[in-house]
Amino acid sequence: MSLLRVDRLGKKFGGVNAVDDLSFEIRPGAVYSIIGPNGAGKTTLLNMLTGVYQPSAGRIVFGEHDLTGCAPYEYARHGIARTFQNLQVFFNMSALENVMVGRYMQERCGLVSALLRSRRLARAEHACREEAAELMRYVGLQNYLYASADAMPYGALKRLEIARALATRPKLMLLDEPAAGLNPTEALELDDLIGRLTGRGVTVVLVEHNMRLVMGVSDHILVLDYGRKLAEGPALTVRNDPKVIEAYLGSAVSHDGTFGETIADAVAVAVEMHR
Amino acid sequence: MISGTMLARLASPRTGGLLGLAAVIALLPLALTNTYFYDIAVLVGLNAIVCIGLNLLIGYAGQISLGHAGFFGLGAYGSAILASRYGWPPLAAMLATTVAVAALAFVVGRPILRLKGHYLAMATLGLGIIIYMVIATEDKYTGGPDGIAVVPFSIGGFVLQGERVWYWVVGALLLLAAWLALNLIESPAGRALRALHSSEVGAEVVGINAAEHKLMVFVISAVFACVAGSLGAHYSGFITPGKAAFLHSIELVTMVVFGGMASTFGAVVGAAVLTTLPQLLAAFEDYEMMVFGAVMMGTMIFLPRGVVPSLARLLATRRDATADGEGNGV
Amino acid sequence: MQYLLTGLTVGAIYALVALGFSIIFNASHVINFAQGEFVMIGGMATVSFTAMGLPYLLAIPLAIVAAALIGLALEKFAVEPARNASVITLIIITIGASIFLRGLAMVIWDKRFHALKPFTGDTPIAIAGATILPQSLWVLGVTLVIVLTLSWFFGRTLLGKAMLATSHNRLAAQLVGINVRMVLFLSFGLSAALGAVAGILIAPITTTSYDVGVMLGLKGFAAAILGGLGSGVGAVVGGLALGIVETMSAGYLSSAYKDAIAFVIILVVLFFMPSGLFGKRGGDRV
Repeated sequence: MSLLRVDRLGKKFGGVNAVDDLSFEIRPGAVYSIIGPNGAGKTTLLNMLTGVYQPSAGRIVFGEHDLTGCAPYEYARHGIARTFQNLQVFFNMSALENVMVGRYMQERCGLVSALLRSRRLARAEHACREEAAELMRYVGLQNYLYASADAMPYGALKRLEIARALATRPKLMLLDEPAAGLNPTEALELDDLIGRLTGRGVTVVLVEHNMRLVMGVSDHILVLDYGRKLAEGPALTVRNDPKVIEAYLGSAVSHDGTFGETIADAVAVAVEMHR
Repeated sequence: MISGTMLARLASPRTGGLLGLAAVIALLPLALTNTYFYDIAVLVGLNAIVCIGLNLLIGYAGQISLGHAGFFGLGAYGSAILASRYGWPPLAAMLATTVAVAALAFVVGRPILRLKGHYLAMATLGLGIIIYMVIATEDKYTGGPDGIAVVPFSIGGFVLQGERVWYWVVGALLLLAAWLALNLIESPAGRALRALHSSEVGAEVVGINAAEHKLMVFVISAVFACVAGSLGAHYSGFITPGKAAFLHSIELVTMVVFGGMASTFGAVVGAAVLTTLPQLLAAFEDYEMMVFGAVMMGTMIFLPRGVVPSLARLLATRRDATADGEGNGV
Repeated sequence: MQYLLTGLTVGAIYALVALGFSIIFNASHVINFAQGEFVMIGGMATVSFTAMGLPYLLAIPLAIVAAALIGLALEKFAVEPARNASVITLIIITIGASIFLRGLAMVIWDKRFHALKPFTGDTPIAIAGATILPQSLWVLGVTLVIVLTLSWFFGRTLLGKAMLATSHNRLAAQLVGINVRMVLFLSFGLSAALGAVAGILIAPITTTSYDVGVMLGLKGFAAAILGGLGSGVGAVVGGLALGIVETMSAGYLSSAYKDAIAFVIILVVLFFMPSGLFGKRGGDRV
């Protein structure tokens, strides 16, 4: 029984197919990674899987529910949470409040009781604060409990988004390049965090360039290229797929920046595997 | 232990601020030596009520409105027409008007709030102007540009009259408005508003229906403006379409921004300063308008975050500085 | 036909004001609510200069230069110091500026209406069953010349291209060596001059006074929004459309609601096209 089923999904921008005829399934409990060169359509795909973009074609089925065409908040209410490659932190609030916003679906109350601040609400607020603090400790932000979001370093903000997403009590969590911009130590800590997420029963979809992280935590990998599926399968199979290696080395000519890093990572992983 | 939490609660901006506001309202009459001062204080209170509502929309939810004088005007004229022309009891007239304005805000708010930034500014501005035109043109009901007289407010035979009586009534309502606004902001719904101000998509992906929240706060702010307009009409006994005009909308927004966005007490301070200022500037006669414009520009250039947040920040850094100094000394 | 001609005349004025909004918006993403005051200054200054006995040929350029200088001063002393402030703060600053300028005008001049003599006579000319004032021809002609000049300026000259580049991507423009602050500064001068021209052209038809800027400014803003903020074509089309629709509805429906109808139309258009007729589409990128 699959948790998420994507069926012949497509997205056009102008005349360009950012994602084209893409189908796959995600089983509960796994870490499912999506990799591919820059511009392969990974973030577009995540945006469709959370309702931020409406697909041009195809269906998205989550559990029993067909969510195609739903608004982002409806995706969230069915149990899909995400983080963003370009941070979408609420910089006008404290760190703790950011996580408390994540508790919105459990906390929300009628307008009248909000305006009059009913006793029940005051108690719920207290519990919400406690739980948010607990989540911040869980992702390793215990030092930022009283910080204002606009005063936090980049790495901490990435964790803050994870804590906020966790606060929604998701079944499926989409992480969009959680390691980008982190130093190697911080990136290493992510392995552990992702492991603990699955331990909590959260299924994780990971979009990432850091191959060490991807190869280290993934159960299943989907490789995208030009919006299409290049390869898919268990991590071990994909890693040795000649098509994947070619796409990565081939694209190294036209891509630069993060890609140099990726190749270095890929080579390092390959060397490690053959040893 | 209990007294500890009590103290903490008193020191919180919410309870502490409300007590402070209550104290100011209670003690102010000591400085109000004649009815003219009382009159200004009542006007300040009414504007402050509108601004507290408008600040929920602009300061917290980040949605601009350049047409809120329209809702103020509808409140004023609704009460005037129902109570004075048709002889309704003023309270019933006020309630009926408020319900009608809330319904109007609900209906037009949905499409308008889909717009963003300057387009939203234009749409709310247009809405305000349309309301103004209707009020100024339908002279059969509204008296047109000449205005209309309004009966005094009365409940069950007790007539509200005199600046001093009104002062206490408006003071109590202002306190109520501040309390409601503070409660809302600290509720999950209020956090949702601040969240969507910062990042709409970030708010949506944790399950917040942004459109619904914007609409809710739009209706609330319209209701605040409408109630204040309705009270203001009964208080002054005579209203003209100017109350619904574009310039009045601008004045209201300026009060909110001047006092400090996303600060409920800032809205009150903004209303107080900018309502009193023209009275003081009256001494300048012909130069009044120029000076008013210059003050508006100057404050925004030098205190872009508004008076209250800028001062709060200044105090905070000073406190930090002294704390640091002590730390170094030890 | 008569309404169409009148509408085009009014629309041309709106278009000029809207172009002023668009130019400043492109350079700085600021909506300059003092734009209407430049219209007022143009008209009133010309009235004063001619009263001093200057001929139109001198009075008009002087008035335009005066408005442009005030525009430059506005940028230098009010917008530039606050360039990191939020959009709404900038809106309040320009509204403060407009109130200030209106107050200033009231002190320098007075509260009365002033008429300006038409440029070339006031005998109506008959065209296809309708009549048109010579001044309307001036309005249409000058607007056409200005629109053509502007499109040449933005399409062909280096400075114009620099201004366009800045509007598309400020950082990139800066990186290729464009003096972005200069562009911003000049855009205010140019917009003010445009506004002044509009004010001078319309003054002989409608008379002018210290507070004509409010409504003309709002209509210009409405036209810019209708066309789509930042689009030059949009500003012109928006202005003309607004002028024609307004005159038609005043003629056929109700003159009392003339101004209201313009805003109803804008609301309806925005409901269906949230970025105006020619505005940039596209959602938020995340």
